[in-house]
Amino acid sequence: MIRFDRVSKRYPPGIDALADVSFEAGAGEFLIVGGHSGAGKSTLLKLIAAIERPTGGAVLVNGQNVGALARGAIPFLRRNIGLVFQDQKLLFDRNLFDNVMLPLAIAGFAPREAARRVRAALDKVGLLSREKAMPISLSGGEQQRLAIARAVVGRPGMLLADEPTAHLDSDTARDVAAIFHEFHQVGVTVIVATYDQRLFPGGRQVRLDHGRLAA
Amino acid sequence: MIVWLRQHRNALALALRRLAGAPVNTLLSLLAIGVALALPAGGQMLYSNARSALPGLSASPQISLFMAVDAKSKDTQDIAERLHRFDGIASAKPVSREVTLARMKAGAGLAEVLEALPQNPFPDAFVVNPRDERPEAMEKLAAELRKLPRVEHVQLDSAWVQRLDALLRLGRTAVLLLALLLGVGLVAITFNSIRLQVLTSRAEIEVSRLLGATDAFIRRPYYWFGALQGLLGGLVAWAMVFGATVWLRGPIFDLASLYRLDFALAPLAASDAGLMLVLAAALGWTGAALSLHETTADN
Ligand SMILES: Nc1ncnc2c1ncn2[C@@H]1O[C@H](COP(=O)(O)OP(=O)(O)OP(=O)(O)O)[C@@H](O)[C@H]1O
Ligand SMILES: [Mg+2]
Repeated sequence: MIRFDRVSKRYPPGIDALADVSFEAGAGEFLIVGGHSGAGKSTLLKLIAAIERPTGGAVLVNGQNVGALARGAIPFLRRNIGLVFQDQKLLFDRNLFDNVMLPLAIAGFAPREAARRVRAALDKVGLLSREKAMPISLSGGEQQRLAIARAVVGRPGMLLADEPTAHLDSDTARDVAAIFHEFHQVGVTVIVATYDQRLFPGGRQVRLDHGRLAA
Repeated sequence: MIVWLRQHRNALALALRRLAGAPVNTLLSLLAIGVALALPAGGQMLYSNARSALPGLSASPQISLFMAVDAKSKDTQDIAERLHRFDGIASAKPVSREVTLARMKAGAGLAEVLEALPQNPFPDAFVVNPRDERPEAMEKLAAELRKLPRVEHVQLDSAWVQRLDALLRLGRTAVLLLALLLGVGLVAITFNSIRLQVLTSRAEIEVSRLLGATDAFIRRPYYWFGALQGLLGGLVAWAMVFGATVWLRGPIFDLASLYRLDFALAPLAASDAGLMLVLAAALGWTGAALSLHETTADN
């Protein structure tokens, strides 16, 4: 499913975010990427979704070398990946419903089917009753859950989440973590970058240390 | 295919919402576009009116030759023969004074006046088609015709038609030039309004890309926006020209009747209006394309 083959990523002007990273994750696996701040966790996730390109080695997703994808092919890779960003990237000019609708509008879903899926996703994260609210009126944890609803609404085969439990109190963090376990349970490949591995028991751990894989 | 249509519909709806969402901006843009298009459209309206006000004025020039009123029909006969032998003349059609009188009597309001006259006030005449239609050659021919006996008056009928024709052609070129210039202006207006929109939608564009939006998906609403803005601007221009037509119609009709012309200002032809709307939409689309090429190429 995912294979990193001696991957390195150097940002200009010469910051090595990842160096010589090799690992594999099979379909349906639950992978936890740990490491200190600045270790390269976000960079690793970005390489999978072709948000950044590796400067060395190859990143393979379903056998495809995503670092070498043509610009026109990248959108179709991303549609099969649910992304939860570290900074969430919610759109504050529209309500919850429309935020979650965006991936389906992009994929060209029929309106009725799309609306049904949006409500199902909002229901899953416990925000269905607030579909008309604006994201600004949500608490931090609710915004986090909204970001998750948007990531899963297209029913992707793979879910990438960057610090989905950051800044949450421990109870809320546990609730959010449980959502990822549910998706893992139904066969979705889940990769979570986090400081707090204890929230995700049962996942396989990969640790980064200054851009290198720590054994 | 269905997906494609649906996405266009969504993009169109989004473009409409953006137009409605910033009414002041939209209004100003539409006014600017409207004025820019109204100038050449108004010019075209005036041009086609001028053209149709001169019906049957063939650009092929003629010379009218009038006999003296007291010329005998023998004299006219004589001239007819001489004209026939003239080298520079292709054909000469005689118009007898009786025919002229009958035609004038049939015409507007002159019957009683003519009836009251003791005798036919019109002379015999000829309509001469010259072989060489260049103005110099015609002037020369006219001078020769003036020397003929019992010929009272020789008139170059269409010298002024030719002059007017040249003037109208110039006007036509001016309208085209104006259309070209202001078309560029329309593209520039659209370019700018799309650029501003893209800048204010940075976040939305970035997030959409991260969620798998293609370039086409991102750009579609802006294309629609440009085309719609152009189209609506075109409608504003049409309304302006129509308003001007209605406003000018009365005064121009009065003026024309002073010259005994039955002339009413016609509004912009439907085909011209349609062409203007299509062009306006196309130019808006072009402005959007240029702007998107510049603003959304690499992110
Ligand atoms: N766009 C960028 N340009 C330059 N340097 C960058 C860029 N993104 C990340 N870096 C650098 O790369 C290194 C790894 O960053 P990354 O965001 O992957 O770390 P992280 O493990 O996600 O950290 P955190 O836990 O704080 O989110 C850091 O030193 C960071 O400063
Ligand atoms: Mg990070």
